[in-house]
Amino acid sequence: MKFDSPAGDNLFDRSRIVGKSTSRIDGPRKTTGTAPYAYERGDEVANPAYGVILGAAIAKGRIRRMDARDARRAPGVLSVLLATERKPVGKSDWNLAPLFGGPEVAHYHQAVALVVAETFEQARAASNMIHVDYERTDGTFDLAAAAPAAEGADGNQDRSTLGDFDAAFAAAPVKVDARYTTPDESHAMMEPHATIAMWEGDKLTLLTSNQMINWAKTAMGQILDIPAENIRVDSPFVGGGFGGKLFIRSDAVLAALGAREAGRPVKVTLQRPLMFNNTTHRHATMQHLRIGAEADGRITAIAHENWSGNITGEEGEDGTMQTPKLYTGANRMTGNYVTQLDLPEGNAMRAPGEAVGHMALEVAMDELAEALDMDPVELRIRNDAQDRVPGEPSKRISDRHLTRCLREGADRFGWSARSVVPGRMREGRWLVGMGVAAGYRGGPTQTSGARVRLGADGKVAVETDMTDIGTGSYTIIAQTAAESLGVPLERVSVELGDSGYPVSAGSGGQWGAASSTAGVYAACVNLRRAIGEKLNFDADRAEFVDGEIRAGNQSFALTAAGEMSADGKMEFGDFKDDYDVGTYAAHFAEVGVDAYTGETQIRRMLAVCDAGRILNPLSARSQVIGGMVMAAGATLMEELAVDKRFGFFANHDLATYEVPVHADIPHQEVLFLDTLDPIVSPLKAKGVGELGICGPGAAIANAIYNAIGVRVRDYPITLDKYLDRLPELA
Amino acid sequence: MQSFTYERAQTPAEAAKAAAERENAKFIAGGTNLLDLMKLEIERPTHLIDVGRLGLKEIEDTSDGGLRIGTLVSNTALSAHPRVRRDYAVLTRAIQAGASGQLRNKATTGGNLLQRTRCPYFYDTNMPCNKRQPGAGCAAQGGYSRQLGVVGVSDSCIATYPGDMAVAMRVLDAVVETIAPDGTERRIPIADFHRLWGDTPHIENALQPGELITHVTLPRPIGGRHVYRKVRDRASYAFALVSVAAVLQPDGRGRVAFGGVAPKPWRMPEADAELPRGAKAVVGRAFADARPTEHNRFKIALAQRALAGILSDAPAQQEG
Amino acid sequence: MSEARRFPVSRRGVIAGGTASVAAANLPWSDVKAQQVERSVEPPSVSVSLNINGEERDLELDTRVTLLDALREHVGLTGTKKGCDHGQCGACTVMVNGERVNSCLSLAVMHEGDEITTIEGLGTPDALHPMQAAFVKHDGYQCGYCTPGQICSAVAVLQEIERGIPSHVTDDLLADMQPTNMEMRERMSGNICRCGAYSNIAEAMADVAEG
Repeated sequence: MKFDSPAGDNLFDRSRIVGKSTSRIDGPRKTTGTAPYAYERGDEVANPAYGVILGAAIAKGRIRRMDARDARRAPGVLSVLLATERKPVGKSDWNLAPLFGGPEVAHYHQAVALVVAETFEQARAASNMIHVDYERTDGTFDLAAAAPAAEGADGNQDRSTLGDFDAAFAAAPVKVDARYTTPDESHAMMEPHATIAMWEGDKLTLLTSNQMINWAKTAMGQILDIPAENIRVDSPFVGGGFGGKLFIRSDAVLAALGAREAGRPVKVTLQRPLMFNNTTHRHATMQHLRIGAEADGRITAIAHENWSGNITGEEGEDGTMQTPKLYTGANRMTGNYVTQLDLPEGNAMRAPGEAVGHMALEVAMDELAEALDMDPVELRIRNDAQDRVPGEPSKRISDRHLTRCLREGADRFGWSARSVVPGRMREGRWLVGMGVAAGYRGGPTQTSGARVRLGADGKVAVETDMTDIGTGSYTIIAQTAAESLGVPLERVSVELGDSGYPVSAGSGGQWGAASSTAGVYAACVNLRRAIGEKLNFDADRAEFVDGEIRAGNQSFALTAAGEMSADGKMEFGDFKDDYDVGTYAAHFAEVGVDAYTGETQIRRMLAVCDAGRILNPLSARSQVIGGMVMAAGATLMEELAVDKRFGFFANHDLATYEVPVHADIPHQEVLFLDTLDPIVSPLKAKGVGELGICGPGAAIANAIYNAIGVRVRDYPITLDKYLDRLPELA
Repeated sequence: MQSFTYERAQTPAEAAKAAAERENAKFIAGGTNLLDLMKLEIERPTHLIDVGRLGLKEIEDTSDGGLRIGTLVSNTALSAHPRVRRDYAVLTRAIQAGASGQLRNKATTGGNLLQRTRCPYFYDTNMPCNKRQPGAGCAAQGGYSRQLGVVGVSDSCIATYPGDMAVAMRVLDAVVETIAPDGTERRIPIADFHRLWGDTPHIENALQPGELITHVTLPRPIGGRHVYRKVRDRASYAFALVSVAAVLQPDGRGRVAFGGVAPKPWRMPEADAELPRGAKAVVGRAFADARPTEHNRFKIALAQRALAGILSDAPAQQEG
Repeated sequence: MSEARRFPVSRRGVIAGGTASVAAANLPWSDVKAQQVERSVEPPSVSVSLNINGEERDLELDTRVTLLDALREHVGLTGTKKGCDHGQCGACTVMVNGERVNSCLSLAVMHEGDEITTIEGLGTPDALHPMQAAFVKHDGYQCGYCTPGQICSAVAVLQEIERGIPSHVTDDLLADMQPTNMEMRERMSGNICRCGAYSNIAEAMADVAEG
């Protein structure tokens, strides 16, 4: 099925199930511990052995020698795979850092060996008995030092201009010129990467934890140099990903190699202290914002430049991505520069680019508002784009209500109580401040397929390789099928994450909800048509409600055609290229900063979101608050500390890489506007999973400034960066 | 984790004796720190003596009005004890500021005193560390040292004692009671229990091989306002950047100890004496010999500000 | 010993960092290691009886097996999760003799005769415990991986408040404890949820606390 023109009136505009707050259908399993995650599926596998990975002790260099005699002699050990005894595995289209094999070490904790043993304890102990002799070579680990040499990922400076920024900025009566930095961050999802691999002849099964099943299958074929069709990947439950499980990692590769070597299924999980350097992370950025405005607040010139680093040939973290979309201004420049670093591979983490881009742009807007002596909410409204994307005027905006988000949010939050002058609101020992930021994240769609089976008992089963990484896919897919076929939600079961099912869009880039539900709808339309053909009615003009089919003056039971099954897939037409489909938010935060110690406590958070139809307000709200929590972490505490001598992230566990805990997070409020976007899909619904992390960090940063009158432009905003500049103690 | 044999001791004397008889043996009680380190092979005992069932879970009044705490009393139980809450509130506050509810249920009084440092280079066995491997060098110096010590540190090691409970015990002048393998019992003032690193940072406390902590005794209550102020990057479940334990008397005198800054709970009688003159005077004295890194220099100012905050909460009416 | 084995050959960084004593020493460790390998030919195993969710289980385990791995790998109760294996996340929270603990930082053999309650012992999909039902109602989870630990902790937290155990945020140590929002958040802080369901979890707990 092809979505090749804007959606008109359709069944979702009269929905009974889609759009209603719905408890997750997988909830009872998740809350009772009966939802099986990858490493827990040993009972589905005969006699699995345990694999433990050894990570490299150096950041860059080569292995001179590996001695595994002790490990191979150790109790219970079945196989030891050494990097030096294997040629490098292949590189897939999605992995640039080497995953295993050969003597070269490209980053700290790169997998250099796997021990397979009868038990986990035996494998872990033996992995520590492998002697490795390294030859370390110098590497580049310091972004600030390397940034001046930065280029675009393809060797060219990635810069786009509109009008004459330099002249307009020079002429602007009010200006902001500020530099910001954001650190490397870790996904730190709660379920470590894990895989059980087993071979039957030349067929490989991977029970794993992966966001993108078809990518994983294709990549694994490239990595092991075997036909992808010989590979089955299955991830029905994924314990968090945030981009960290978009790609095959060493757990899957080594489980597969280990299983082949040991002749047994092998289960491998990355030990937590290995994850931070072995897998991917969000790249650090350096950002430079220059904004010029007229005295009335109209932006006349805006430039956003961004520097980040990555292993050779890889893209960086592009903090400029939202800047062409958010605010008007005739003279513009964005530049994105990437330098080569020898740290572990940087890659996508929740809203790559935008999450950290907002932390610079939206603070610069706050600084501009202050320079203009203008309310920051009004400044944003004054420069809100209307019909065309400001930085790309050839693109029309599909559906945008940012001004409403800001206005309704300001009312709801009590924004008018904010002190315009920073450092003036005091409650006991607390300096109190409020901040606002706008948020933009694209609302993309990808081709997505599904299969729908109708049983003779009237039960509906949906199968797709879509994943649920906590996003609520199970439930919105069930809602979509129930709505499309006119059955109660309880009649629908959903099976996800198996590469044997039709290929979906997968979970990434905030495209999952919109794309996968459209794909399920396409399969349902095909099923309806198949029933229509069999029973001889025009399914496209029929109504499927309450377990019945009403076609003109005919009426059938849904089950009248017996057992039926249909595949379908939604493809999205070129007409969308004329549009920018975005999601929008206004984020508000109130913080208290301890006047003595500088500790920050978030007191309130509000997000007002414009993302088209909200398929399940209950789980969509969770997605948004989850983004707000991660943004709070990025703003207040999260930082992978680069040891620039040894070239690694030194704080590689959950005690030293601090993420927010319960006590950090207050009650959070989320409002969804009742909007519909006909350009995105037949359901007129856009994703929100990344919108929630685009903006709250800047709102918190701005609130801290409002509380203490000190602007910290280097994230995370920890107390040591402003302690000596806090207002004098009374 | 390398393999080990395991035994369950029946009495403290028997446990201490067993530890002396076996090479490379360790006691285990709560296990919250030891097992963490064993999984990383930072600790590699070949024999574990489980002391978890020795009794020693009582908290008793002493004849002089103090309190004697069995070494196996959990952090939770100690912090919740009515007399601790009433007479030694700084201890309840300190314990509750540490770790998490789950860990406090497991962690024991004696074990918590022995908690090892959280220096990231100590925790990474690929990195040189004089504490793990005497003579190897210290990767923390010149590295990521934001959390590490600013005072009492040495050329060999800049790690901190990371706990909270002991910082409160230090202002309460607790005494650690032990039994040695030969059955000898002794009492070690908490001031002398933790060692400064010097050039032997692998030796962290006054215990001799096989010596087992049996009790911690708190002297008679000293009244006053009890405060434990822990400053950290997140609101809970994090190690201190700086913590301050204070017992303040109505006349402005008192006691103060700092956590998260040194190899041991950091208290100096000369600094206590400065309390009537305010936070700047106290910290000036307590940190006079500080040698911070560029990353953790802020801890000194933070200690001063945290203490200033405590002193400014001047008692309209006394707490607890 | 691990240091010797994995030491980078060049430690220039450390030397640059100002410490003179780095050059010494990794040689002695290789001998120590050889001995240790020899000694660990047969990993010692022990018998242990646990009462898990009301059922007696007799297990024969390597001494190194944690309570967490005993549950997950030997008893087949995989509801208890391994998030970090180092006491830094709380996903492995279970109740032992009525008190919540991190099962990853406890050896199974230390729990002879103990009563263990896991998430599976609280309720089943068809008969949810009130806290499990409240998590479903308030969407107190997303990916679900930390959820069993959160729920075990949440149940225990309400009991701890009822038993009068104070917390870091308790104002008056001598008064009765109340299940306020701040009390619950502080007490739940040993359970990390990277999906960020905290606000909803607090509401689920409030729902149960109010009865």
